[in-house]
Amino acid sequence: MTEPVLQVRDLVKHFPVTQGVVFKRTIGHVRAVDGVSFDLNKGETLGVVGESGCGKSTLAQVLMRLEQPTSGTALFEGADMFAKKGAELRELRRQMQVVLQDPYTSLNPRKTVGDIVGEPFEIHPEVAPKEDRQRRVQELLDIVGLNPGHIRRYPHQFSGGQRQRIGIARALALRPKVIVCDEPVSALDVSIQAQVMNLLGELQSEFGLSYIFIAHDLGVVRHLSDRVAVMYLGKMVETGTEDQIYEHPQHPYTQALLSSVPVPDPELRDRRETIRLSGDVPSPANPPSGCRFRTRCWRAQDLCAEQQPELEVRLDGGRIDPDAEGHPSACHFAEQHPHVVK
Amino acid sequence: MSAPATPRAIAWSRRGATLAESWRVYRRDRGGLVGLALLVVIVALAVLAPVLTDGSGLNVTRVDAAPLQPPSASHWLGTDESGRSVLLLTWWGARMSLVIGLAAAALSVVIGTVVGVLAAHFGGWTSTLLMRFTDFFLVLPALVLAIALSTVLTRGLGTIVLAIGVTSWPQTARLVRAQTLTVETRPYIERAKALGGGHRHVIGKHVLPAVLPLVFATTTLTVASAIIAESTLSFLGLGDPSRVSWGAMLKSAMDTGAVTAGAWWYLLPPGLGIAIVVLSFTLCGRALETVFNPRLRGVGA
Repeated sequence: MTEPVLQVRDLVKHFPVTQGVVFKRTIGHVRAVDGVSFDLNKGETLGVVGESGCGKSTLAQVLMRLEQPTSGTALFEGADMFAKKGAELRELRRQMQVVLQDPYTSLNPRKTVGDIVGEPFEIHPEVAPKEDRQRRVQELLDIVGLNPGHIRRYPHQFSGGQRQRIGIARALALRPKVIVCDEPVSALDVSIQAQVMNLLGELQSEFGLSYIFIAHDLGVVRHLSDRVAVMYLGKMVETGTEDQIYEHPQHPYTQALLSSVPVPDPELRDRRETIRLSGDVPSPANPPSGCRFRTRCWRAQDLCAEQQPELEVRLDGGRIDPDAEGHPSACHFAEQHPHVVK
Repeated sequence: MSAPATPRAIAWSRRGATLAESWRVYRRDRGGLVGLALLVVIVALAVLAPVLTDGSGLNVTRVDAAPLQPPSASHWLGTDESGRSVLLLTWWGARMSLVIGLAAAALSVVIGTVVGVLAAHFGGWTSTLLMRFTDFFLVLPALVLAIALSTVLTRGLGTIVLAIGVTSWPQTARLVRAQTLTVETRPYIERAKALGGGHRHVIGKHVLPAVLPLVFATTTLTVASAIIAESTLSFLGLGDPSRVSWGAMLKSAMDTGAVTAGAWWYLLPPGLGIAIVVLSFTLCGRALETVFNPRLRGVGA
C-alpha cells in the first residue's frame, strides 16, 4: 500500500487554564485533544465522530496549523507538518484546506462571492495570474453547482446550502490534497445535507481528495466515510472501517451513539434497543481516572477506574489480541454488540 | 458582459461600478442627501471665499462702518465691535472651523484606528501596553490637556489641530478595538488564516473593511466635536489670534458685551454655523454607514 497522505501520532493539545489578571498562574489544563493517532490515505474519507466538547474541532484547528500542538507529530506526505515555516508552510496551506461548520458566519458578509472564492488566489498569487482569476472563480462556482453569473452577489443573497457550496468552492480553489470538513452539514436542513454530502462525494472522486470529515452524528458520517474514528474527551475510543463500526461496534460509547441515530422505519424503531447515556461529558480539564467513559458506562467495573484502556484490537471480552481479526477499540470489556437495525 | 482587455482596465471598470452602486444606495437616504448638499455648499463657499469676497474687510484698520450695527442693506448681518461685516467674518470663519475640524478629526481617527486595530489584532502584551497607554489619555481631562498644550506650544493652526487630535483619539481607539475584537472571532478570519493569509491580509482585507463604517461614523462625530473643541479653545482665547474663527467670534461677542447689548446678529451666525456644519457631518456619516455596511441595506439590495 502507498504511504498515507497524513500520519498523525500521539497528537496532544492542552489549553492552559489561568487565574489572575496581572500575574497569571496556570491552574490546570483543558485536555482538548489528548493523544490522537491516525492515518489518512489518498482518496479516503476518515470520519471523526463525537459529542460536543470531545475535541473534534480542536483537532481540526491543530491540523490546519491554526493552533500549535502541545506535543505529537503529524507527517504530511512524509514531512513533519508542525515544523514547517515560511514558504514551506505556505505550500502546506495550499495542500490542506478546510470547510467550516457555519455557512452563515464563515463567509465575510461584505465581500462578493467572487472575492470570497478568489481569496485563495489573492493569498497565493502564484497559483493563478490576475487576469485568469475571474474565469477560475466562475469555473469553481460551476463545479460546485452554482451559477457562475452570480459572482457579484453577496453571501446574504444565498441560502444555507448554497453558502456551503461557496465554502466548498473556496476550499477547492488551490487544488488541495486534503480537505478538513469541520461539521460542514450540521447547520443545514436534512434534505440540503444530502445534496452537500453528494457534492463532496463527487468532488472526491473527481479530484482524488482525502477528507477528514468531522461530525457529531454517526448517521451523517456513514454516507461518505471509508473509515470512522469515534472520539470521546480528547481520545479516540474506537476506529475501524465503515462496516466494522456500524455493524460490529465494540466500544459502549460507539454503541450508544449508534443507537441514537434516527431510524426512518417506524417498525424497526420499536424493535431496536435504545441506549440512553446519563449525565454530561465530564470536564476535559479534569477527566476521570482510568477509562474516561467509565462515569457514563453501564459496563464499568473497578478495573476501569484504575487502568486506562489503550486503543488496541480486542477480542470479545476485551482481551488484547493484535493478531485477531477486527478493529481497535479502547475498552477493557469490549464486546461485539451487533447493531440491531441496518 | 464584454471583457476589457487589460487587468488594469478591469480593475478600473470594477471600481467605477462599485462607486456607481454606492452612490445609488447613498441617494436613497434623504438625510444624507441634505447633509451632503449643505456640506458641498458650505465647503464651496469656504474654498471660494478669497475669490468671492474681499479679504481686506477683515482688517480692523481698513473698515469704516460703525461698530455693532444691526443688519442693514450694506451689511446684511450687521457689524461687529470694530465695524467689520459679520457676514464676512462668518464666511471666513467657516474656513478655519472646517480646516481645523477635518484635520484634527483625521489625526484623531488615524491614531485611534491604528492603536485600536493593532491592540485587538495582536493581543497579549501589545494589547496590554497599547490599552494602558490609551487609558492614560482617556482619564486625562481632554479640555485641560488641550488648554495646557496650546499654552505651551507656539500659537497657531498646527497647535490647535495637535491639541484636539491628541486628546480625542482614545474613544476612537477603544471603540475600534472592541469592533475589531468581535470581527476577529468570526470564522471567516480563521478561514483566511488557514489559507495562509498574514497579518496584512487579515487586517487589510477583513478587519479594516469591517471596522471602516464605524470609523466613518466616529469621524463625523469627531469632526463635529473637533469643531466644537476648536470653538471652545478660541472662545477661551487660546486660538490663533491672527485668524477669524467661529469660536473667536463668539469670544469677541462675549468680551465686547454684544450679548448684553442685544446684538443677536453677532452671536447667531457663528452659533448657527457650528450647528449646521456639525449636523451635516452627522447626516452624511449615517448615510455613508448604510453604504458601507450591506447588512443595513436590507435583503435584495
